[in-house]
Amino acid sequence: MLTISGLKARVGDSDILKGLDLTINAGETHVIMGPNGAGKSTLANVIMGHPDYVVTHGSIVFDGEDITDAKTDERAKKGLFMTFQNPEEVAGITVESFLRTARFAVTGKSERAWDFHKELLTLMERLDFDESYAARHLNIGFSGGEKKKNEILQMLALHPRLAILDETDSGLDVDAVKTVSEGVRGYKNEKNALLIITHSTKILENIKVDAVHILVDGQIVKNGGASLIDEVNHSGFTALTPSKSIEGVS
Amino acid sequence: MERKKTQVAEINRSAYDTPNPENAAYKVSKGLTAEIVTDISSGKNEPHWMLEHRLRSLEVYGRTSLPSWGPSLHELDMDQVVTYVRPNTGMTNDWDEVPDEIKQTFDRLGIPEAEKLSLSGVGAQYDSEVVYHSIKDEMRRQGVIYTDMDTALHEYEEVVRKHFMKLIPATSHKFAALHGAVWSGGSFVYVPKGVEVSMPLQSYFRLNAPGAGQFEHTLIILEEGARLQFIEGCSAPRYNVLNLHAGCVELYVGQGATLRYSTIENWSRNMMNLNSKCAAVEKNGAIEWVSGTFGSHITMLYPTSILQGEGARSEFTGISFASAGQELDTGTKVVHAAPNTSSMVSSKSISKNGGKAIYRSAITVLPEAKNSKSSVSCESLMLDSDSRSDTIPVMDIRNDEVDIGHEAKIGRISEETVFYLMTRGIGENEAKALIVRGFVEPIAKELPLEYAVEMNRLVTLEFEGSIG
Repeated sequence: MLTISGLKARVGDSDILKGLDLTINAGETHVIMGPNGAGKSTLANVIMGHPDYVVTHGSIVFDGEDITDAKTDERAKKGLFMTFQNPEEVAGITVESFLRTARFAVTGKSERAWDFHKELLTLMERLDFDESYAARHLNIGFSGGEKKKNEILQMLALHPRLAILDETDSGLDVDAVKTVSEGVRGYKNEKNALLIITHSTKILENIKVDAVHILVDGQIVKNGGASLIDEVNHSGFTALTPSKSIEGVS
Repeated sequence: MERKKTQVAEINRSAYDTPNPENAAYKVSKGLTAEIVTDISSGKNEPHWMLEHRLRSLEVYGRTSLPSWGPSLHELDMDQVVTYVRPNTGMTNDWDEVPDEIKQTFDRLGIPEAEKLSLSGVGAQYDSEVVYHSIKDEMRRQGVIYTDMDTALHEYEEVVRKHFMKLIPATSHKFAALHGAVWSGGSFVYVPKGVEVSMPLQSYFRLNAPGAGQFEHTLIILEEGARLQFIEGCSAPRYNVLNLHAGCVELYVGQGATLRYSTIENWSRNMMNLNSKCAAVEKNGAIEWVSGTFGSHITMLYPTSILQGEGARSEFTGISFASAGQELDTGTKVVHAAPNTSSMVSSKSISKNGGKAIYRSAITVLPEAKNSKSSVSCESLMLDSDSRSDTIPVMDIRNDEVDIGHEAKIGRISEETVFYLMTRGIGENEAKALIVRGFVEPIAKELPLEYAVEMNRLVTLEFEGSIG
């Protein structure tokens, strides 16, 4: 579904991604872990085509199509999605009307307002998200946890083929992490895929993980299965990055 | 792909920009002299005191200099402005009697249709004179008067004399003096004690003659407990010569009365709009200004509220939209002159394509205005780096027992927000339009419906181009 090859990217004058390969197939859940500043969020932003990040080498292919230079909204229409660490606040548009606009943008199909409304309320209930928030302006006055729930709500309403969760669990209390991780399980099926970026492991407890990648200094230094999560919990990232010190010596 | 921004503002003006051929019955020569002023007055068969008022104003005009602040008015050459143009028709209360070419203009603007659907009365001015005025019988039976100022000057002479240019005397500033000398047309409204006018009255001002000035005078008096919504619309076709608008609006809001005064200015880009508005509010009365400034080359407009009775309130909701070649200097003035008075100001401006939008306000709280409250919020959004915005709020607080709040924000469309919306499949232009629509939403919902729709269309058109 997603094939990233030899990806290098920079923001301003600094190189952040330094040659990264990653393949995600339909039905899989991948996790990217790594210390702060390793380039995890950059990877998410580059996959979505953030204008501040310049790809200097390599390619991103989604469903057989090279999207390295595609506009962000085109990527979204093809089925890519990411949750934001700090979702933007937009005055004057309600959560519901924003989601209808977005859904129409990605599906191109117009739906009856009432049908959409009912679906939205069902999703909100599943996320333990008070329905009054549907009529509130997008993220305005939302707490950190409410903003994160709103991100998951958008993921559920837009049915992306590959969803990237960028630190969705950071700053959430135990109950909120549980709700979010239930939402994520509700999203996942055989045909779509998930890329979870995190530096903690709370959110992963109830999610079936297929592959784990350790990202350090712009490169993936180790690939493994779900067991890698325990290894990180046990020994931290430094123990997993021998290649780096070797590189430093040579 | 290049966005074709600059053309858009023009496309949208088609309903306004269609000029009629000049077909005036009479117009005075260019420039300004005592002869011209006397000519205007005698042509209207005015009482002597009005002629004297005009001549005194002319004298004040002559010795008053241009404002030393705000936009530069050096392009204005009064020797080139025709101050009085009488259309080739009289005043009527029947659209069928309005000459076709003039009626078609108002048809294009949707005035007769709005009259049928949602208004209690309509007045329509073409160049210097009112050509149509009508009020629903039901309102007339309750004693509501809605007529043109010339008629009022003859039929209600004492009322007019008592109130005319008392809130905005000729000495206020140069263009108030000019107005006092050459004013013509405008609406007169009187709402008796306790009467609520259910649907709004709307006056529409259309300036057709190139190089002319429009100087209408609007006088509204609400007696105790009365309620009224008044809508004022203005437009003109575009010419290569400067036109001048220096109208005057004086509002008297009685005890416990409420007046909502909405103005939508969509003058063409050759208009100098130097307008004066003032409301005096008695005990527990309220003035609500809603002001949309979209057109004109230069605008200077600061509706003033004088809260002179205890518990009087004022609300000002304003939006301006400045594009290429436009400098819109708008805001409001409030004078708290009695205890327990309150004022609320909410202003938003958008500038694009090198336009300049300035917010300017002055809130004065006098020593006797104990326990008064004022809250001011002004926000500006610049759509590109060529455009300019500024906020100049002044507060003069002369007692300690007041509650004052103030918030000013100037910003650009955040690239991060655009990216956020785009990750949800929304195209770049639509994302920007959505942000701008969201920005103006709190104001748009205060505008009369057809104008709110028009404003949304304006925003949408602005961002079209690369999509379709």
